[in-house]
Amino acid sequence: MENFNLFIRSIFVDNMIFAYFLGMCSFLAVSKNVRTALGLGIAVTFMLVITLPINYLLETYVLRAGALTWLGAEYADVDLSFLSLIMFIAVIASMTQLVEMAVEKYSPSLYASLGIFLPLIAVNCAILGGSLFMQQRDFGSVWTAICAGGGWGIGWLLAIVAIAAIRERVQSYSNVPSPLRGVGITFIITALMGIAFMSFLGIKL
Amino acid sequence: MAEKNSNRKIFFNPLSKDNPVIVQILGICSALAVTAKLEPAIVMGLSVIAVLAFSNVIISLIRNTIPTNIRIIVQLVVVAGLVVIVNQLLLAYAYDVSKQLSVFIGLIITNCILMGRLEAFAMSNRPWPSFLDGVGNGLGYTVILVIVAFFRELLGSGTLFGYQIVPDWMYEHGYENNGLMILPPMALIVVACIIWIQRSYNKDLQDK
Repeated sequence: MENFNLFIRSIFVDNMIFAYFLGMCSFLAVSKNVRTALGLGIAVTFMLVITLPINYLLETYVLRAGALTWLGAEYADVDLSFLSLIMFIAVIASMTQLVEMAVEKYSPSLYASLGIFLPLIAVNCAILGGSLFMQQRDFGSVWTAICAGGGWGIGWLLAIVAIAAIRERVQSYSNVPSPLRGVGITFIITALMGIAFMSFLGIKL
Repeated sequence: MAEKNSNRKIFFNPLSKDNPVIVQILGICSALAVTAKLEPAIVMGLSVIAVLAFSNVIISLIRNTIPTNIRIIVQLVVVAGLVVIVNQLLLAYAYDVSKQLSVFIGLIITNCILMGRLEAFAMSNRPWPSFLDGVGNGLGYTVILVIVAFFRELLGSGTLFGYQIVPDWMYEHGYENNGLMILPPMALIVVACIIWIQRSYNKDLQDK
């Protein structure tokens, strides 16, 4: 039950885009139409669900202070936490490569729709951000990590699909001042949606 | 002579005409999250300049030996190594600020400015121009960060660098700090205003 609450909270209250502004670069670049936005959103969710538990296991059994005690008592005061950034990013980059190869082999149709986005994901801040928040918040188990990852991913997906839909309408129906066209107005729309998402802040789960 | 001119262009273009944040739209994530106060914004800017300049030089030095299909991993490892150094330095000498920046120092690794500059410039240029390009782009990023943080701190808490700027008599006459400015969405609106101003002067940057 607690994990389910965390899942819902990660989607709405701790939304990656509107609460932390992570993954903004690809969010702004790929939100021109709904179809591609959906593809990227699914890819990000997928990567968060995979990398978060792996990084959680790494953190708990290798990196944290005293995490290596399972090797023997003499390892109790080894603290490798300064390596965590490099380890996390290496996991993310290699998982991206692995997933890309696996998807290409077993599901060419999915690869055709996600293909170009997969390499982009290695440098999406939302994925590394997820792992760093996981480290900061001391999650209790692998399940918690998976739930949080799924929640953050779906939150990101909702945000990018919503903004893409709004951008499609804005482009065809409204007369935006020309210096603000494109990026400028997208910033303002995102800000207004961020303020709207703040109304979830008061909800206690 | 010609080389000198092009070096100058490499250094100064990113400051306004080719600014990484408001023209190339890179590195937005961290630009928004750390700008509620001036001090963390400046520390963040300096860290990005350092990491960007040195990773550009390193990648430029080894650019001919990197195999193309694993270049992203190589670039990430170089950047991650530099970020770890910066992170440890901050923990040692500026503990309070590094607590405020929390995960965002780590997120320099995935800052799109870095990958963008490494891919677009350092992979195909010699070390010295790459260094200038790194410092120039880092400065362009820092300038935007400082402008945004200046307005957010001044209007949001009435202070600059933590010192009170708005005088007491204004509060007595009913002036209130705009609490909305502290909240993250306002950073987007401030950046949008900067884009608006800059694009109305540079017509060729406008869409359509």
